[in-house]
Amino acid sequence: MSEPSPTAPISPHAHSGRDEKVAFVIMTALLLVAPFVIYPFFLMQALCIALFACAFNLLVGYVGLLSFGHAMFLGLASYVSAHAAKVWGLDPALAILAGVASSALLGIVTGALAIRRQGIYFAMITLALSQMIYFFCLEAPFTHGEDGIQSVPQGMLLHFIDLSNQTILYYFVLAVFLFGFLVIYRTINSPFGDILKAIRENEPRAVSLGYRADQYKLAAFVLSAALAGLAGATKAIFAQNASLTDVQFSMSGEVVLMTLLGGMGTIYGPVVGAFIVVAMQQYLGQYLGEWVTVIQGSIFVVCVLLFRRGIVGEIAGFFKRSL
Amino acid sequence: MTDAMLAPAKTASAAAPLLKISGLEAWYGESHILHGVDFDVRPGEVVTLLGRNGAGKTTTLKSIMGIVGKRKGSARFEGKEIIGLASDRIARLGIALCPEERGIFASLSVQENLMLPPRIAASGGLTLDRIFTLFPNLKERLASGGSKLSGGEQQMLAIARILRTGAKLLMLDEPTEGLAPVIIQQIGRTIAELKQEGFTILLVEQNFRFASTVADRYFVMEHGRVIDAFANSELEANMGKLHDYLGV
Repeated sequence: MSEPSPTAPISPHAHSGRDEKVAFVIMTALLLVAPFVIYPFFLMQALCIALFACAFNLLVGYVGLLSFGHAMFLGLASYVSAHAAKVWGLDPALAILAGVASSALLGIVTGALAIRRQGIYFAMITLALSQMIYFFCLEAPFTHGEDGIQSVPQGMLLHFIDLSNQTILYYFVLAVFLFGFLVIYRTINSPFGDILKAIRENEPRAVSLGYRADQYKLAAFVLSAALAGLAGATKAIFAQNASLTDVQFSMSGEVVLMTLLGGMGTIYGPVVGAFIVVAMQQYLGQYLGEWVTVIQGSIFVVCVLLFRRGIVGEIAGFFKRSL
Repeated sequence: MTDAMLAPAKTASAAAPLLKISGLEAWYGESHILHGVDFDVRPGEVVTLLGRNGAGKTTTLKSIMGIVGKRKGSARFEGKEIIGLASDRIARLGIALCPEERGIFASLSVQENLMLPPRIAASGGLTLDRIFTLFPNLKERLASGGSKLSGGEQQMLAIARILRTGAKLLMLDEPTEGLAPVIIQQIGRTIAELKQEGFTILLVEQNFRFASTVADRYFVMEHGRVIDAFANSELEANMGKLHDYLGV
């Protein structure tokens, strides 16, 4: 394929990807030095939630499917990985893989049911299924109900990397986050990603060009579920617990907030949104308690009224860049 | 002139039809749009559906492609019944639709739009080089976003992207609508070249003068039925009737 001629006008749609790569280097550099300045536990929490939001954004931003029950993947994977590490005594890597596998399987089942419907019906089906998973996690014996699974061992990754060391643990979580982020980036910028965008834009046209839209939607749904599971499973290992918070409806709602706040359909938006929301919960929560929820709601309203493309979306739009 | 024009049509008529439509009916919700459409398209031919607005021309193309809610009757492509098949299956048999609204994906670049449709046959599709000789404008606009194109460029991209796949039957829905005369000429030349390449083309056209430069045969539609048919060579003789049908 020949290069486009240099005289061709450069549009913000030009998929050179250079801006995105520069932004990736900056983000990685910041995250590498961050633990020397910021409390690592907060950073790890934010990274896991950011990966969760990125996985959610893959579905809503690039396939146009608004899932209202994504916490089921985060929560189930976190329970499975906590159980695998604590009760079965698995290596942390295997425990995380078990968590990812469980959420991917759940993704296949729930996805196959949900993608038959669109819009609000899709959202309601995912919501209903996630409520079922919530009650399963509340009642199943291995999750210990309200108590959750506590004191999960961090263990020795591959028998020689000691994850109980905070610094090593942080860089492990960072590596998992960057892996998940790159998988999403690669997916969006692949021919498969183009088909997803085509389906989002004009599904009948994509079908009449010869693509079975449902298969592509399901694949994206399962990938999103697996990556949300990766976030949850990693969270259970570093935080050493799995609890009902991660599988609750409010978590499904928060991820929508984070994605909209940061910028739906942008690659970096969910990361920014997740850091802001987690920071508010961690730092404002100490002083304001339950009022954080009210503040979150207000921010959501302001976001929808004033900057509908989200923080990253508005910045990218202002500088005519693709981020 | 008439002899030269007739010759290819005669050889084509000997072959079995590539597409045979019989008794095709279609509905949009409660409204009954097609009331039994019958016509055929032979391999290598350019066939044009004529008719007033609302006669059912576009609906006929959509029904063949399988993107109309409810349809009945028979449509055979290379002898295979395609009524009842899902739209993506029909596309993979070798039928491609270039819709009236063009359906360019705005969030994809020109290049991504061009490369998006799947290859459905190992051979038969045009190479990218060939596509760029047909549409030189597209080569210059490869990196542009799909929403940044002019109407003519959009139409070229919409046609170009179904040429790569290896589809045998191209269905073009009003490809000249709203375009400048110079672009219309370019599209006319392209259709002639595609015919030379061996593509079979089913054209829906309001622009009757444009159609007469490319078509081998015409079918006239009214109220969801085909009411008349004639070859390009019989055009002069049928002008009077046509003016009545089309009201021009």
